[in-house]
Amino acid sequence: MAEVLLRVRNLVKYFKTSRGVVHAVDDISFDIEEGKTLGIVGESGCGKSTTGRCLIRLIEPTSGEIIYRGQDICKLKRSEMKNLRKEMQIIFQDPYASLNPRKTLLQIIAEPLLYNKIISSRDKFAIEKRVLELMEKVGLAERLINTYPHELDGGRRQRIGIARALAMEPKFIVCDEPVSALDVSIQAQILNLLKELQRDLGLTYVFITHDLSVVNHFSDDIAVMYLGQIVEKAPADELFENPLHPYTQALLSAILIPAVGANRERIKLRGEVASPIDPPPVCRFAKRCNYYSQECAHGVPPLLEITPGHFVACHQVKPVAPSATKAN
Amino acid sequence: MTTATNVLVSKKYAKRSNAAEVWHRLKTNKGAIAGFTIICIILAITLYSVFFISYEEVTAINVQNRLQPPSWEHPFGTDDMGRDLFKRTLYGSRYSLLIGLGGVSISLIVGLILGSIAGYFGGLVDDLIMRFSDFLASIPTLLLGMVIVTVLGQSLPNLILAVGVTAIPEFIRITRSSVLVVRNQEFVEAATAIGMSHLGIIFTQVVPNGLSPIIVTVTSRIGAAIIEAASLSFLGFGIPVPHPEWGLLVSEGRNYIRIAPHLTYFPGLFIMVTVFAFNILGDGLRDALDPKLKK
Amino acid sequence: MGSELNGQAAKDNKELVLEVNNLVVHYVLQEETVEAVNGISFSLEKGKTIGLVGETGAGKTTTALAIMNLVPDPPGVIKDGTIKVCGYNMLELSARQLEKIRGKEVSMIFQDPMTSLNPVITVGDQIAESIMLHEKLTYSQAFNRAKEMLEMVGIPGARATEYPHQFSGGMRQRVGIAIALACNPKLLLADEPTTALDVTIQAQVLDMIDELKRELGTALVMITHDLGVVAKICDLVAVMYAGRIVEYGTLEDVFDRTLHPYTEGLFNSLPDIRNRKNQLQPIPGLMPDPTNLPRGCSFAPRCRYVSDACREAQPTKHQVSETHVIYCSAYDDSNFQIERARGRGGNG
Repeated sequence: MAEVLLRVRNLVKYFKTSRGVVHAVDDISFDIEEGKTLGIVGESGCGKSTTGRCLIRLIEPTSGEIIYRGQDICKLKRSEMKNLRKEMQIIFQDPYASLNPRKTLLQIIAEPLLYNKIISSRDKFAIEKRVLELMEKVGLAERLINTYPHELDGGRRQRIGIARALAMEPKFIVCDEPVSALDVSIQAQILNLLKELQRDLGLTYVFITHDLSVVNHFSDDIAVMYLGQIVEKAPADELFENPLHPYTQALLSAILIPAVGANRERIKLRGEVASPIDPPPVCRFAKRCNYYSQECAHGVPPLLEITPGHFVACHQVKPVAPSATKAN
Repeated sequence: MTTATNVLVSKKYAKRSNAAEVWHRLKTNKGAIAGFTIICIILAITLYSVFFISYEEVTAINVQNRLQPPSWEHPFGTDDMGRDLFKRTLYGSRYSLLIGLGGVSISLIVGLILGSIAGYFGGLVDDLIMRFSDFLASIPTLLLGMVIVTVLGQSLPNLILAVGVTAIPEFIRITRSSVLVVRNQEFVEAATAIGMSHLGIIFTQVVPNGLSPIIVTVTSRIGAAIIEAASLSFLGFGIPVPHPEWGLLVSEGRNYIRIAPHLTYFPGLFIMVTVFAFNILGDGLRDALDPKLKK
Repeated sequence: MGSELNGQAAKDNKELVLEVNNLVVHYVLQEETVEAVNGISFSLEKGKTIGLVGETGAGKTTTALAIMNLVPDPPGVIKDGTIKVCGYNMLELSARQLEKIRGKEVSMIFQDPMTSLNPVITVGDQIAESIMLHEKLTYSQAFNRAKEMLEMVGIPGARATEYPHQFSGGMRQRVGIAIALACNPKLLLADEPTTALDVTIQAQVLDMIDELKRELGTALVMITHDLGVVAKICDLVAVMYAGRIVEYGTLEDVFDRTLHPYTEGLFNSLPDIRNRKNQLQPIPGLMPDPTNLPRGCSFAPRCRYVSDACREAQPTKHQVSETHVIYCSAYDDSNFQIERARGRGGNG
């Protein structure tokens, strides 16, 4: 069993707004093993992006521990954190907004190297050599070195984002919806690239997405989030074959499979996602749940290990319905 | 990799930079070219006057020649002291340019610093800076200028300061709003992720991207500063006589507007053309810098 | 004017609601011309659904705008082709005639439910407004109809007096659908109607569109990049690439008897939810620059089966069955098979 690289305990992020406190991330815990990918899925507003940003302290968590290689990064000072940032990087969703439009590809990829004084800014050849290496690694042609982001398509821009993240030889990368903005054929190119890089460089990923088929393809473990909490976490195969939480079941049944006659009966949910502002201390999903009972009104269900490696947060711990993915 | 060790690959694929791109677009804008040409002419006039027209020459009194209409000898005529208005007007261009550029520099520097701090950090700092700016903006500009000149005394540097201070709120507001737009972009977060400090982010990421509206404001503000300085001089709060500042020339000519209208026309025309040139250059710049026109 | 319209409608034979013939739309800019749509033809019968599938820049949205005669001009120029909606030649009608037809015979659902509604008018009024444009009803009658429409899309009628910002994204898209269906059009164009929505909401909205379509007998043009949406809702599929249709047929034709290399590439790019270890096979390279399309087949630079002939000339048309058409020169060789087809042969 591989070593645990990142251990998250009771991570909480609240935002104060004029209408109340938004519980963006509310007490979540998980481990990520070195070299593995943890997928975080959920619908908009479930707190998955906030979680990703908290993990590398782009957003300061309200409370909780994030233990990276044995040290709690939440307790580090800004200057100490700066050293650690070399190991922890992020790839963003929007390849248009995440690149500085006034800088060339060379300047963008070189920026982390220069800023962290990994290469002296006077040594133009060394900088260029490293940038070209990175460009080659992510599949960008040498001739693009002086182009500006707006001259390139989404796929190439995302490659720049990846090259920039790789520049400091990180060990851990948060991928925040890295392919959502891309076309199908380009999406597959980027997913394959990320997989290759993981294999070659031994990277550990947190892969955040709303796309269930992508997360299934890409992750070793999957955590399903709903309104700031993890409702289910299991190895990818297990989660897709044997989803136990009613929300996971509904989510999986809503996937549209691109094949004739493959789309099964959808589990219909009532209503829409509730507000994350000052939620009552009961199961967040209770109001929409098809298996609601008295029990559900008593406290937030804890995330319990039902079978080895398979965690579920539901008062109705026992499997409640025939598996939604049995068809086919 | 086939990189030759002595040639930078980036040189091999060298191409137009962003600034060159903007210049290229500016060149195709007729208004901007006209404005730019006029400004160059005024600059040339100023240089000429600096080297070939002496202060004594434009201030020496020669009563026999007073109030002559325009002629070959005196293209703009002469004033009530018999001084050549053509030379005085040419000589005066330096004041207008100095005041325009100097005044705007002051407001730009102060506005840029305060505006980016307010926009980037938000919260209490933002509130304090913006209330200060609101306070400054609530005083009528001419009144504020008069107060500053009165307190500090009449001189060219004080006039520049007065003109500069009155435009500070505008620059704070423009900088702040463009910083607010840029600050929430993901590339700013990306810079945090590589470990960049707040200051680094402000100066390498935020300000360069919020610069276009600021550059445009600078050019049009120069025109406004020139007018304001002229107004202050006209009211007697500008540079002391006998310096031939354009506003002052108009003010002096006012007394003889019925018998010698050329005394007000020519300096007035110079003020108008200069301000106009800066304004159309500003409009052209706005178009050239508009990212929507890119690609 | 009314009689003229009727005259045109009378020529309408069969039950064809939409006929697009050799449509060419270019965007003429100062320095370049974007060749967005380059000669596409398809038709749609009453009550059927066609999926226009393709990636960014395939010309899907331009096609839809052309059908409504709403291509922004300038820079858009409809260079060639005819479009008939319920027998009316959309490209030859006057502005006033078009106004009569839009909303009444053909209407559109947009991708972004946030921006396609007017933020300062209540949703009930927005629906009533489009009803009153086409039918002689009083305001109160129209408003009642608006409430009925809202109920039909699953929103309580009482919420008709609320403003768009009071609704969630999924609800707003339902309002958009209610507006589009208010006058019971015969043809509905849906431009990525569920792309901006969450998975579970997307499923709800698609179910609803599907039901309404059956109930009202509306023909639907579904523009999407999502093959899952197509599988769920479409009867016919037109796969588009660089402004051309490359494969056209029934859902079964295109999904189960795929013939075009690009369609194959799309399927291979998708993660298979039933087999997560499956290796993705992306289509190499990028979509061609629409201002500078290749001389031959637009897909040739990315095609794994490319031959010299593909680069030289436009692909040839192959009518494989009564319903299934492909444009691909590789099939000039009668023994040619794409890999997907070979796999099928082996299994079946």
